[in-house]
Amino acid sequence: MSADTRTTRPARPAALSAVQGTRLVASREISMRLRSKAFLISTGILLVVVLGSIVASGIFAANAGAPKVAVVPQTAPLVTGLGDRLDITQAATVADAEQLVRDGDVEAAIVLPGTVEGATPAAGTGSTGTTGTTGTTGTPGGPEAAYEVLALSDTPTTVVSLLSLAPPVQLLEPGDSDGFLAYIVGIAFGIVFFMAAVTFGSTIAQSVVEEKQTRVVEILLSTINARELLAGKVLGNSVLAFGQTALIGLAAVLGLATTGQSGLLGLLGPAIAWFVVFFVFGFVLIAALYSASAALVSRQEDVGSVTSPVTTLVMLPYFLVIFFNSNETVMAVMSYIPFSAPIGMPLRLFLGDAEWWEPLVSLVILLATTAVVVVIGSRIYANSLLRTGPRVKLADALKG
Amino acid sequence: MLEIENVSRSFGKNRVLDGVSFTVGDGRMTGFVGGNGAGKTTTMRIILGVLASDTGTVTLDGTRLTPADRALFGYMPEERGLYPKMKVAEQIVYLGRLHGMSASAAKASTDDLLERLGLGERANATVESLSLGNQQRAQIAAALVHDPSVLVLDEPFSGLDPMAVETVQTVLTEHAATGVPVLFSSHQLDIVERICDDLVVIAGGTIRAQGSREELREQHSEARYEIDLAHDAGWVREMPGVRVVELDGDYAVFEVDRGAPGESSQPGQSSQQGQSSQQGQDAAQAVLRRALETGPVRRFAPVLPTLSQIFKEVVR
Repeated sequence: MSADTRTTRPARPAALSAVQGTRLVASREISMRLRSKAFLISTGILLVVVLGSIVASGIFAANAGAPKVAVVPQTAPLVTGLGDRLDITQAATVADAEQLVRDGDVEAAIVLPGTVEGATPAAGTGSTGTTGTTGTTGTPGGPEAAYEVLALSDTPTTVVSLLSLAPPVQLLEPGDSDGFLAYIVGIAFGIVFFMAAVTFGSTIAQSVVEEKQTRVVEILLSTINARELLAGKVLGNSVLAFGQTALIGLAAVLGLATTGQSGLLGLLGPAIAWFVVFFVFGFVLIAALYSASAALVSRQEDVGSVTSPVTTLVMLPYFLVIFFNSNETVMAVMSYIPFSAPIGMPLRLFLGDAEWWEPLVSLVILLATTAVVVVIGSRIYANSLLRTGPRVKLADALKG
Repeated sequence: MLEIENVSRSFGKNRVLDGVSFTVGDGRMTGFVGGNGAGKTTTMRIILGVLASDTGTVTLDGTRLTPADRALFGYMPEERGLYPKMKVAEQIVYLGRLHGMSASAAKASTDDLLERLGLGERANATVESLSLGNQQRAQIAAALVHDPSVLVLDEPFSGLDPMAVETVQTVLTEHAATGVPVLFSSHQLDIVERICDDLVVIAGGTIRAQGSREELREQHSEARYEIDLAHDAGWVREMPGVRVVELDGDYAVFEVDRGAPGESSQPGQSSQQGQSSQQGQDAAQAVLRRALETGPVRRFAPVLPTLSQIFKEVVR
């Protein structure tokens, strides 16, 4: 543009740099999403559910301490030493104790053998009337008298074990933490990653197709190039995904701290830190896949079918962690595959199964994969954006 | 001046543009007409750099276009596109900023444009809640927000009522008057005829005619004249070298001989149309002389073809 022809005009703005363009696109994505009621409500519900379940588990843990039992005068001496571990109700007669059990006021009643009519011995327990080990309490000061535990439909294992003498147990290879906790932690990582990936991945996919369907993409591409547009979308939605996940994490931390479960927090700390690192790059990988596949179609109705392979890829590690969380080999493989590494590696670190260098190697693999996918993805994206009508063939999109 | 030179483009085996060359002068409203599938949209997309050409160049004032130049262009795509759920003003500000404007400049320009286009009251409505005509105006505002250095509009008048056409036309001519090349396509030839300075006709991927509106009408005139006398015009039939097309009392339309019409569509070649043209003009002048001798003449003028006549002729 020569200056001489238009010297009288005010100076036109300079074209945007790539960074400015990307930032502008990203901030539009964020502000539009933050204004969407559906997004705000679903985030609110998610926060309430997370906080609620933590608070509930705190209350449950505080109350679940002592099982309630009823004793008759004859059996009361049996439990004298267990007052802090059992919630004891004194019943005047065996019939009263039986009624308490039937009403569900107590979990079990401790009565003399043979005093209850019509009760069936539970499988695997001592038979009525004998003076075997089952009926002999190890409590100091307890008489060596025979008794029975009366319960409604299931054997009250906690009560039975309190009244029993457990043999000493020696471990050859003691684990760092218990399997149940590992299961819960694995599922928690799985859910958070899966939810964020699918929610924000499909948001990106819809936003890509919205621009294609309304053809606003033609105007956008006359100002900035396809790579900047894609980068802005991925960046904007990544910020939202991290923001939402961080909010949930904060709610979980606050919940655990205020309900006195901070011990768990200390155990989880390093695993959570690694999870965040893997999440950041893993999400970019998935976002690139979602946007590239969405660019192949021109109508919102087709988004679901074209992105379903990606959704499956994201769901797979979530199910694997549910079924194989105790299988070290499967978990080791999972922790190196880019799609499942964000779940697998932090879990293995939490379990103490991974060497110090393993997350670094896995991270390098994830980074390399992300880089390759972003390059291929942006190629597909750029080549498909202006092709409207039927679904673009992947080979055509790659060729350009 | 925007110059398109020898641009070709194929999609697969289908050659959509074949050696397309034309210019859009500074401050000229240039109408770009052609049938469906003639190559208008492809040409516009290539100018905007949204699509690459196989061969050929697009230059502005003699220099090849860079993405930075193109970011200053204003573009209205054929298939209208704005974000349906975004507010009108917000969206136009966003596009202005993508074109490189500061937030405050984009805001000021948006407010001004929406006011001029009669959309001021709907500035905070979402695009999907606007009527089609108002969406169209918003689309025009989106193309103009950054005070573009070149304006390329694909069918800017489709779907507008006559009032809206006038509003949009005013805004566009005002913009062209600041010295900006404006290229717009339209199927509504009567509108093009009314507002364009220059005309480019494309058919089957090749340029069939181009030039100023007057030049083209001149070139494609059938050497027809009309004459309105204060007395009976029946005698015109007897004049040599004249064929009367229409006779109604005092009014007559007649044709004189001329070189094969439409033989040349390039400007500057009209002098080569040969002797028959000269003879035809002499015959017409003879009619005028005779008319003046017999009485007063209310009107004598060449009948110029309408744009749609020219269009049909050159794309044939």
